[in-house]
Amino acid sequence: MIIPISYYLILSGILFTIGVVGVLTRRNAIVIFMSIELMLNAVNLTLIAFSKQFNSLDGHVFVFFVMVVAAAEVAVGLALIVAIFRTKESIFVDDFNLLKW
Amino acid sequence: MHIPLLTIITALPTVTAILLVFLKRENERAIKYVTLLMSTVVFLASLPLFFTFQSTADMQFTEVHAWIPALGTRYHVGIDGISLFMVLLTTFLTPIVVLASWTNISRNLKGYMISLLVLETGILGVFVSLDLFLFYVFWEVMLIPMYFIIGIWGGRNRIYAAVKFFIYTFVGSLLMLVAILVLYFYHGGLTGEYTFDVLKLQETHFPLGYQTWLFLAFGLSFAIKVPMFPFHTWLPDAHVEAPTGGSVILAGVLLKMGAYGFLRFCLPFFPHAVEQFTPLILTLAVVGIIYGALVAMVQPDLKKLVAYSSVSHLGFVILGIFTLNNQGIQGGLIQMVNHGLSTGALFLLVGMIYERRHTRRIADFGGLAKQVPVFATFFMIVMLSSIGLPGLNGFVGEYLIILGAFLEQRVFAIFAATGVVWTAVYMLLMYQRVMFGKLDKEENKKLLDLSPREIGLLVPIIFFIIFIGVYPNAFLKKMEPSVNHLIEVVKSKTLASDIREPSLIIGLREE
Amino acid sequence: MFENIWLVPLFPFLGFLLNGLFGSKFSEKQAGIVGSGAVILSFLAAGAISYQLLSLPEASRAVTQTVYTWIETGAFRVDLSFTVDALSAIMLLVVSGVGTLIHIYSIGYMHGDRGFARYFAFLNLFTFSMLILVLADNFLLMFLGWEGVGLCSYLLIGFWYEDKDNAFAGRKAFVVNRVGDFGFLLGICLIFATFGTLDFDSVFASASDVLPPETATIICLLLFVGAIGKSAQIPLYVWLPDAMAGPTPVSALIHAATMVTAGVYMVARCHVLFLLSPMAMNVVAVIGLFTAFLAATIALVSTDIKKVLAYSTISQLGYMFLACGVGAFGAGIFHLYTHAFFKSLLFMSAGSVMHALQNETDMTKMGGLKSKLPVTYRVFLVGALALSGVPLFSGFFSKDAILWKSVVSPLGGFGYWVIATGIAGLTAFYTFRLIFLIFFGRSRVQKEVEKHIHESPVIMTAPLGILALFSLAGGYVGMPHFWDKFDHFLQPVFSKYIENNLFERSEQLFGLEFGFMATSTLVVLLGIGCAYMLYVVRPELPAELSQQFAGLHRFLFRKWYVDELYDATVVRPLAVVSDKVLWRWVDVKIIDGFVNKVAEWAGRLGATLRLMETGLVQNYALMVVVGAVALVGYFLLR
Repeated sequence: MIIPISYYLILSGILFTIGVVGVLTRRNAIVIFMSIELMLNAVNLTLIAFSKQFNSLDGHVFVFFVMVVAAAEVAVGLALIVAIFRTKESIFVDDFNLLKW
Repeated sequence: MHIPLLTIITALPTVTAILLVFLKRENERAIKYVTLLMSTVVFLASLPLFFTFQSTADMQFTEVHAWIPALGTRYHVGIDGISLFMVLLTTFLTPIVVLASWTNISRNLKGYMISLLVLETGILGVFVSLDLFLFYVFWEVMLIPMYFIIGIWGGRNRIYAAVKFFIYTFVGSLLMLVAILVLYFYHGGLTGEYTFDVLKLQETHFPLGYQTWLFLAFGLSFAIKVPMFPFHTWLPDAHVEAPTGGSVILAGVLLKMGAYGFLRFCLPFFPHAVEQFTPLILTLAVVGIIYGALVAMVQPDLKKLVAYSSVSHLGFVILGIFTLNNQGIQGGLIQMVNHGLSTGALFLLVGMIYERRHTRRIADFGGLAKQVPVFATFFMIVMLSSIGLPGLNGFVGEYLIILGAFLEQRVFAIFAATGVVWTAVYMLLMYQRVMFGKLDKEENKKLLDLSPREIGLLVPIIFFIIFIGVYPNAFLKKMEPSVNHLIEVVKSKTLASDIREPSLIIGLREE
Repeated sequence: MFENIWLVPLFPFLGFLLNGLFGSKFSEKQAGIVGSGAVILSFLAAGAISYQLLSLPEASRAVTQTVYTWIETGAFRVDLSFTVDALSAIMLLVVSGVGTLIHIYSIGYMHGDRGFARYFAFLNLFTFSMLILVLADNFLLMFLGWEGVGLCSYLLIGFWYEDKDNAFAGRKAFVVNRVGDFGFLLGICLIFATFGTLDFDSVFASASDVLPPETATIICLLLFVGAIGKSAQIPLYVWLPDAMAGPTPVSALIHAATMVTAGVYMVARCHVLFLLSPMAMNVVAVIGLFTAFLAATIALVSTDIKKVLAYSTISQLGYMFLACGVGAFGAGIFHLYTHAFFKSLLFMSAGSVMHALQNETDMTKMGGLKSKLPVTYRVFLVGALALSGVPLFSGFFSKDAILWKSVVSPLGGFGYWVIATGIAGLTAFYTFRLIFLIFFGRSRVQKEVEKHIHESPVIMTAPLGILALFSLAGGYVGMPHFWDKFDHFLQPVFSKYIENNLFERSEQLFGLEFGFMATSTLVVLLGIGCAYMLYVVRPELPAELSQQFAGLHRFLFRKWYVDELYDATVVRPLAVVSDKVLWRWVDVKIIDGFVNKVAEWAGRLGATLRLMETGLVQNYALMVVVGAVALVGYFLLR
């Protein structure tokens, strides 16, 4: 049985949307991070799906790139969160508006 | 051997500025002397331009090098009889300005001198560029040091003045940038040769609809720079706040760039639009002459008075340029030089008195002629030059302009000629209030007369004020062929009836 | 000598340079010698040139020398070139001759002044400019001299600049003159536009062929505006009375003998153009006549010795213009020539009186000085007789030439003669009023001043003597019918380019001329008699009269309220409009207000928009999402 590509894409879309909503609505920086990971993985899923569809390895290569970048980002991001937590005693994004006009 | 004289003159100030960077900030003596020495060298290096200049209409001392071949921009410099005197005026005034800033720059002298030198490069670049792209680069380059000079070393309200100066000028030059690009693409589309070369663009006929808009875009930029009424209000602020040296450069050469732009670009590029807009521009020029003078009359501040007198004098220049005849344009050119000399000197003199008394209010003076006779004498000569007394430089320019206007448009000439009365009114009124009467203010009784340094920097200006008045032909002869050529170009293009309709939409270049 | 015409103005210029640059190191003696010596040399050069001119045949008595090309652009070309003909020769001699005497007189008069060298520098610069004006071979060079003398006048009127009034008077003179120059300048432009050249010779030679009458009228009126300013005629005469603020020798040289006559010289020089426009001629004559009348009436009541002389000068200049206006240019120049002697004589003897009285100029504080200042009294009397036009004095011949020509000229008329003769009576009256008030009656001098009264030193009285001689005898060169040398000498100039046959008829009317002459002489004597009655026989009468006609007296005393009129209609409105309307309203409120408003709006817009920058990352992210969705939506729904 061959699952049509649209299924993958729909799933990926759903995952991505969940991630977006998470990023936009949650207050906890850690949760936001996790939502971002979700979005990245939704993209990964799409890439893999197309890769299989077109019988090309390019998608796989990109996925690795994405995973590497995501890992790096998590490392830096978590470090930032820790640093912020040390000064602000909070990881709620509402409390950080240093860029405010 | 071919010596790239123009490049040397243009680059040397910046090279000096780079040298200054390596000098210690505290070592003010060295900074001053190096700047003075090098700017004098630049002036001396520019003298051969005058003496070996051939009285023909051709561009001379030209240098062409590829710059960005992909865009068709080139490093193309050269001068003709029109730009020659602007270049000389710039190189002549810069050492004087350096000398004038000997003692009155209290902080960061190094930065000031560097700004001044970069400014000189920018101005010289504007006058020698024969490539629109290069011209534009220099046009903007010169803005920045001037902005700093006003904004850092200026008076109390300097930030406001500096920002006003910058934004005013910048608005104009952005429009000009757009217009330059239109020229570039239109010419490229028409001939297949994408170039910014002024001489080549000059030969293109632009359709009338284009000309109107392009003229407006260029013209606005230049009108602000001149400044023409009603775009002049940045000038009094900038002058009042700028330090003496800044004022001198601003009045002496920066303002000339606007008038120069009209001559170099607007007239030959868009003759039909010029024809169309001449009545408007002449009107504005005449309004500027009278308006500037009347407003100058009631100014309580010496520098503001001189600033408004600039508006009046430059009205004459614009009037002369747009008469489009030999007398008017040559008069306008001479008047540009005159204004640089006499208004520059006026600002120097006002600066000298400001340095002593720390006030520029006319009401704070009175009876100075008794206390500082040498100062009063210099002031008198410069004032008379500004009034346009025959035998001094101002008269030659003013008379030729009025004559030129009279031959074309009598009404404008008549109104402009009232300027002779107005100028006398405000200048003499000011002189009387500052110099004559009883010496009744205690502070003024302790004033010192001019030092040898100050006399030394005024004497060269006075020399030229008299020289041009007595023997203007030395200058007129050099500029005449170029002016004639310019008039010929304008006239022949106006007569040529085949104004092609816009045959192609501005498009990107096909690779 | 003709190739050395340039030497004539050169000497005073060198004097100016020497005294101007090194004056502070000169002693009074050195400065005086440099200043006077320069003018003497110039006078000698002028004399040599004039003498040589006489040796030429009459028709070719015009020599031109070009020094170099001054301004040349395209078809416009003006040379620095000088020309000497009979007219300019006379002017040269008057300027340098009277100038020499006044320079010498000044050495005594300015003794002890702080600005001694500066004074002589200015005086030399003036002489230089005046000589340029007279020698100029084209309109523009003439204008150079024209403005130069104006400048010197300004500098010398305000010579004692510490007094505000002096400085103001100088400025007023310059500005009013500039109004005139405005007309002159436009006239020059129109001449160039019409003829394509500014050289006198080319312009005049082609004038009768190419000049349409309307253009001639406009050109002449424009030029005349210049003359009005310089020669203090209505409506621009107001500067001259104030100009008396300067040192008295300056008043004598600049504001009586030479500079103010430049307008007359200019009209005479341009006679070709004026003769082509009868209308302009009429304007010249009427303005001259009316000015002569107005100034004479003011002089009747003024109590300032120098002001009376100033108004008298204005009045006499009016005569000269009347002469020009009826076509009698020779008579105008003749009067200019005699007037230069007797008016500078009067001014300088007035200066001598002031010198004795510690610079008092108010006649009500003088009186009875005849015995204390015998020399001054005598020369003053000679000057007064000449000015009044008493027979056998120089003024008589020149004035009567004008009166006679004004009645016989087709451009003139009997009305002109009547008014002009009446003015002659007024002139005689106020002149002798001066004499009687200063030298006769009992002394009204203040006590402490009276102790120091002394006759002036020889260096001052000697020039006075020479001038008195000329005032006495200078007129005989122009005796009508008997020895008419002056007119004869000038004749070639005035008939070179254009036929001037206005006076052909009058040559035969000898008897009639004599009759008119006798009548005017009677009027003059009547004027003197009235003055004698009022100021010597019954000195209390003038006060009573002025009481009885208080309104008229005040009207004249306040100089017809002309200054007040100008102040109210021109000066003050202009200042208010410039200040309140143009500057504070148009410039600051409208133009700059607009600029600042634009900046303010830009600022406000920014202030509003920046509220979007909350600093919360999620808000930014939301915007990104919204943007992305909108983009995608646009492409999907397109």
